[in-house]
Amino acid sequence: MADTPASTSGDFPPFRQRHLISIADLKQHEIIDLLDRAERMVPVSRQERKSLPTLSGKTQINLFFEPSTRTQSSFEIAGKRLGALVVNMSVKTSSVSKGETLVDTAATLNAMRPDVLVVRHGAAGAVELLSQKVGCSVINAGDGAHEHPTQALLDALTIRRHKGRISGLTVAICGDIANSRVARSNLLLLGALHVRTRVIAPRNLLPPGIEHLATEVFTDMEEGLRGVDVVMMLRLQHERASGKMIPSVREYYRFYGLDAEKLAFANPDAIVMHPGPMNRGVEIDPAIADGARSVITDQVEMGVAVRMAVLDALLSGDQA
Amino acid sequence: MTRPLLIENARIVDPASGTDQRGAVLIENGRITDLALDGPVGVPDDAEVINANGLVLAPGLIDMRVFTGEPGWEYRETLASAGEAAAAGGVTSFVMMPDTMPAVDDGAVVDFLVRRAKATSKVNILPAAGITKGLAGKDLTEFGLMREAGAVCLSDGRNSVQSTALLRTAMSYAANFDMTIVHHTVDLSLAGEGVMNDGLFATVLGLKGIAREAETIPLSRDLQLAALTGVRYHAAQISTEGSVEIVKAAKSRNPRITAGISINNLCLNENDIGRYRTYFKLGTPLRSEDDRRAVIEGLRSGVIDTIHSDHDPQDSEVKRQPFAEASTGAIGLETLLAAALRLVHSDDVPLLTVLKAMTSRPAEILGLEAGRIAKGAPADLILVDLDYPWQVNENELRSRSRNTSFENARLAGKVMRTIVAGETVFLHKD
Repeated sequence: MADTPASTSGDFPPFRQRHLISIADLKQHEIIDLLDRAERMVPVSRQERKSLPTLSGKTQINLFFEPSTRTQSSFEIAGKRLGALVVNMSVKTSSVSKGETLVDTAATLNAMRPDVLVVRHGAAGAVELLSQKVGCSVINAGDGAHEHPTQALLDALTIRRHKGRISGLTVAICGDIANSRVARSNLLLLGALHVRTRVIAPRNLLPPGIEHLATEVFTDMEEGLRGVDVVMMLRLQHERASGKMIPSVREYYRFYGLDAEKLAFANPDAIVMHPGPMNRGVEIDPAIADGARSVITDQVEMGVAVRMAVLDALLSGDQA
Repeated sequence: MTRPLLIENARIVDPASGTDQRGAVLIENGRITDLALDGPVGVPDDAEVINANGLVLAPGLIDMRVFTGEPGWEYRETLASAGEAAAAGGVTSFVMMPDTMPAVDDGAVVDFLVRRAKATSKVNILPAAGITKGLAGKDLTEFGLMREAGAVCLSDGRNSVQSTALLRTAMSYAANFDMTIVHHTVDLSLAGEGVMNDGLFATVLGLKGIAREAETIPLSRDLQLAALTGVRYHAAQISTEGSVEIVKAAKSRNPRITAGISINNLCLNENDIGRYRTYFKLGTPLRSEDDRRAVIEGLRSGVIDTIHSDHDPQDSEVKRQPFAEASTGAIGLETLLAAALRLVHSDDVPLLTVLKAMTSRPAEILGLEAGRIAKGAPADLILVDLDYPWQVNENELRSRSRNTSFENARLAGKVMRTIVAGETVFLHKD
């Protein structure tokens, strides 16, 4: 307790962004700054009294248009550990079909004078649109297939803690790249930090132009995993994909599921990541998911630290 | 009986005859009764005289693709407000798409529109009648009865007939009445949930793309059916390099094929979407710069016959939405000419070619008397300052909707006076 600083933000220069909508908006030094801030938050969650009341008196609204247990609770815990008043608003159905537009919702919430809105929405660009209509900070907790910036930050923090560095590593992102906001945010962030990025997926799950976003593109797992330091698996929306985007789960798992045989092509000390929730037996062998090289639970822990850091950076920058 | 009107000292630009020279035009009883190039014109004593001071005098524009909100969505646009916007943009006639509530799929609705337009609109409104009932792509409408009521062509508007068999029947039957089929080609299953051009930019935005083939595959099908049935066929709006090639090849075998393009696809590309700007979400998606260069060349070489505004008023309720959920369309009647002149100012396409695509070519396709400056033609004319600089301000536009794809654009060229049937319906005020 004694070695924890009273405020972590005090040691950092003011963060110049008002919102966190997209990794594409961040400069390299801002990414590193957020990772450094998050690093300082890790011990806070490990101590007995997990609080650092830098956001005391602030109001955080979690506005989730898409259901999400883990991301929403991660943001909730992050806000509460910093002393903010956290309100969860889950919008079960599309507000559009109920007559209220997203812009109306934004205006309504804005009138309640929150300090930060954490928003997840099924449509790409929706969080940005909302951010234009409110007077407070907005954090993108996932917008369609566009971006999920805090996921990319927590992934980078996890990599850095396990590997001691990020630059110069080779990271493979495997699976449904086409529909993944996690893949997009990670490609942008890792690219900004000089990581060699590879995407590995069947052709029909690779979006057009992906060769401009990733360093290398593979359609074969063995080739793609050769010599990588990090294997990042993506969730396959198999309920929607089966028969439409892929013939069957069985075939997908045979060629693109991560098992010991395929992982053997990666570097011996390669770590395995997954943003969750996992489909064991679809994209990943349970033995790998729960095995020694899996850092998946570390990702969840780093998620809270990253979200604390982001909340703290945006809201303390606000005061500056 | 109104006084005769003489417009003198004008630069007469008439694409139909290839004229571009100084002259004067005499208008009596709504028609052009005399035309003087070089020589004098016989002027009645009581004539009103307008000195054009060297401005371009051209035929009024004929816009082949305009959506209004009347009947059904009058808060978006009425025939009157569309007429105001058209007059200010130099559009003296426009084809009104049948996508209204109710849809224009019946002779009675066509008749209503013709009467309502005469009573309320400053410019000529020419109804396009639906190919299928409710524009639903299932059952044919009464082509003959709708033609008698005043329909100038057949189109399902924003919708695209998916059934090849039904389209074949429609084309045969349209050929029977010598009506033109104007068809927007989209393979709906291939376009899927796409909302913009397929490619890197869509990937970066996390939006689903619409492959170019969603346009070219049904276009190829249509052109084969057009040859089979002998119908006069107008590809409503093409947007890709591949479409230009397909139309070019088909035209060499079949003179009854024509093609149009939206001004948006000539002047803008997918990058204009920027960060989810929904005014650039259009029925025919903005494509890549390579496609844009290809369609400009298609226009220049005559593969593409007509340029239209694709004027499509949408209110902020349906536009101020996340990109994928927002409605498609942008208004364009008032900016059509100035935007098209960009192609002239950039030396991409000659003035006569650009104007031809908005005057005599649409007139020929639709069988109209207008669209030319000749003795006996309707006096639908515009006086244009080709270089007049202005900036588009959405709040100054006359349309009831604000969704312009040229918001804040700096344009050169403006209509100074618009004349419909000899009457001035718009006069520019500084």
